[in-house]
Amino acid sequence: MSVKRLLIKGGRVIDPASGVDGIRDVLVEKGIISIIDISIQTEDAKVLSAEGKWVVPGLVDMHVHLREPGYEYKETIETGTKSAAAGGFTSVACMANTNPVNDCAQVTEFIRNMAKSKGAVNVFPIGAITKGLKGEALADIAEMAEAGVVALSDDGKCVMNAAVMRAAIEYAGMFGLAIIEHAEDIDLKQNGVMNEGVVSTRLGLVGAPRISEDTITARDISLAEYTGGHVHFAHVSTAGAVELIRFAKQKGVKVTAEAAPHHFTLTDEAVGEYDTNAKMAPPLRESRDINAIIQGLADGTIDCIATDHAPHGIAEKEVEFDSAAFGIVGLETAVPLSLGLVRDGRLTPLRLVEVMSFNPSKILKINRGTIQPGAVADITIIDPDKEWVVEPSQFKSKGRNTPFAGWKMKGKAVATIVNGNVAYEDN
Amino acid sequence: MSEKGFTQKRRLLSAADLTIEDVERILNTASAMKEVSTRDVKKIPPLRGKTIINCFLEPSTRTKTSFEIAGKRLSADVINISATGSSLSKGETIKDMARNLSAMKPDLVVVRSQYSGIPLRISEWIDCAVVNAGDGRHEHPTQSLLDLFTIREKKGPLDNLNISIIGDILNSRVARSNIILMKLLGANITLCGPATLLPVCDISCDNNRPAGLVVDRVTNSLKEAVTGADVVMMLRIQTERLNEKKFPNLREYSKLYGLSPETLKLAAKDPLVLHPGPINRGVEISPEVADGPWCVMLDQVTNGVAVRMAVLYLLLGGGSASNA
Repeated sequence: MSVKRLLIKGGRVIDPASGVDGIRDVLVEKGIISIIDISIQTEDAKVLSAEGKWVVPGLVDMHVHLREPGYEYKETIETGTKSAAAGGFTSVACMANTNPVNDCAQVTEFIRNMAKSKGAVNVFPIGAITKGLKGEALADIAEMAEAGVVALSDDGKCVMNAAVMRAAIEYAGMFGLAIIEHAEDIDLKQNGVMNEGVVSTRLGLVGAPRISEDTITARDISLAEYTGGHVHFAHVSTAGAVELIRFAKQKGVKVTAEAAPHHFTLTDEAVGEYDTNAKMAPPLRESRDINAIIQGLADGTIDCIATDHAPHGIAEKEVEFDSAAFGIVGLETAVPLSLGLVRDGRLTPLRLVEVMSFNPSKILKINRGTIQPGAVADITIIDPDKEWVVEPSQFKSKGRNTPFAGWKMKGKAVATIVNGNVAYEDN
Repeated sequence: MSEKGFTQKRRLLSAADLTIEDVERILNTASAMKEVSTRDVKKIPPLRGKTIINCFLEPSTRTKTSFEIAGKRLSADVINISATGSSLSKGETIKDMARNLSAMKPDLVVVRSQYSGIPLRISEWIDCAVVNAGDGRHEHPTQSLLDLFTIREKKGPLDNLNISIIGDILNSRVARSNIILMKLLGANITLCGPATLLPVCDISCDNNRPAGLVVDRVTNSLKEAVTGADVVMMLRIQTERLNEKKFPNLREYSKLYGLSPETLKLAAKDPLVLHPGPINRGVEISPEVADGPWCVMLDQVTNGVAVRMAVLYLLLGGGSASNA
């Protein structure tokens, strides 16, 4: 819905960029935040009451799979962005593992054009690091940068050749683009389909060991240090990787990292009896990994929460565990799962907003992540106390693959405002 | 009948589905069934009119034939399907295949798959009894039951027997089922193999959390494992593991873990040597041991038919052993 003036009244504005955490009114005019004050009186504006709710800069998910072009049966830019809006995200960065792969300017432009005409929220494409995600030749990085990619990643696959990775970090640096690494050594992972441990032993499933992530993390930290470039680690899942990243940051190496809600919520016990909805890459780990990730989010080692939203068709999950696709629908359950960290006293509200909005905006160098006069009016209103039950058939995403079906959740985005327009409102 | 009784659930997917009472009942029934196989006319009528589908989605000779003979000796109609001859080879999903089979109203489906967990999934998709005939690296409960039957036949109760399982534990569904049931019956279990073929997790963890495998001892030394053992269970070394670089070559494996008559001298008096077959002669087991007085491999095969007859009979409502 398009309105010229929007007044958000009486909400708790939480903005880490300005350090504000208090009850404020927010006036939006022509897609820009014009005034933030204790009380704003104005006529001629649509009023959204936010009493008892949080008013935060629009959430930014720097890691989603929108599947278009190529896998529209799983998700489209239209359905993926509606899912984002329903989850409280005003901006998403979409990974390059489409078909064709986003490894050239033409595909980048297609995504941007489709997002412009069909997108419910802002879409920022991420280009591939290598042609066809093959880990060999660099993709058309300069042309993609010109076409508007905000980072580079072969996500879904690790760049196994260290020389290629080194070149990518150095080359991408010329365009100010971060390299986002899917850190899983495929030789160590072999054909692992879940975490290597007690549960994989019991189930007779091939395990992917923690070291498959830790060794690549260590390698890429060395490459970042040597080149001076920026490496961002996607979906950190192990205590070892958190420790390595913490050490690298202490040394001043230019690395950043993200964690996904499922990795700080579920252990590999969630696989239960071969539940393919708990199959992801990297896999769900163990309690000590969860604790390390949450600690990393709290102390600044991990910069962002990103969902790794990975919708799949039902037929890709209702198969043998070994053959099932990796990944889950992430956008519509991220807010309540992340709010759990605040309720548990592990993160402050300001820190939560920092990792879900401000930091990803900074890493992607997009002009988002704050509520201040003059900023783009991307705003999320969250009811931290709203209780609801996850019902996959109600997802805006085409995907139904979630391990959280039937979970009672607390907290929800109740309004998502993109460029001053209400993109989603919970009824 | 215990609450956990496998006949009530109409499935035998994991050794963990069985209580001690279940195991006793199956083994006692198997004793009666074994007698049937010694008759001139090896056929009895209890499953007449019942339909059993042997759904073998990976190659198998021994187990498939064993189940087929078991079903036929009980007068059931047994239909065999395989992955290459099924619609899976045409791209049909396992779920669709299962539902189609279910629509034909079989009474029991025996499932063998290269994928762990598939018998469980199929049991959720179809409306009849299901038996796991080996799934991936997970379990092979009827193989374990025939091993128990053979040991009990030769050694009596398993209580406090020292049983050593040697070889590729990591990838062995036979080992998993056996560990669960042998521990249930009170045996002392030792696992032995190269470090690369043993599960990496804490396999001696307590019962207060979901365990991978609960055993009494783990060793990389064959001599240590065989010393004092009442039963030595050798596992087939899967030559495809060579591609996974789990050990350098078969010669070296044989040198470290091949069971010879000399090594067997370290065992307890009159040891039993079991092997699920097929064997690699001269690799995990020397020909002298394989053909020697200790080895009960062929008894295992014979007992396999009896045990499977018992499982099919009990799952299809055959009642107690005395009705056999």
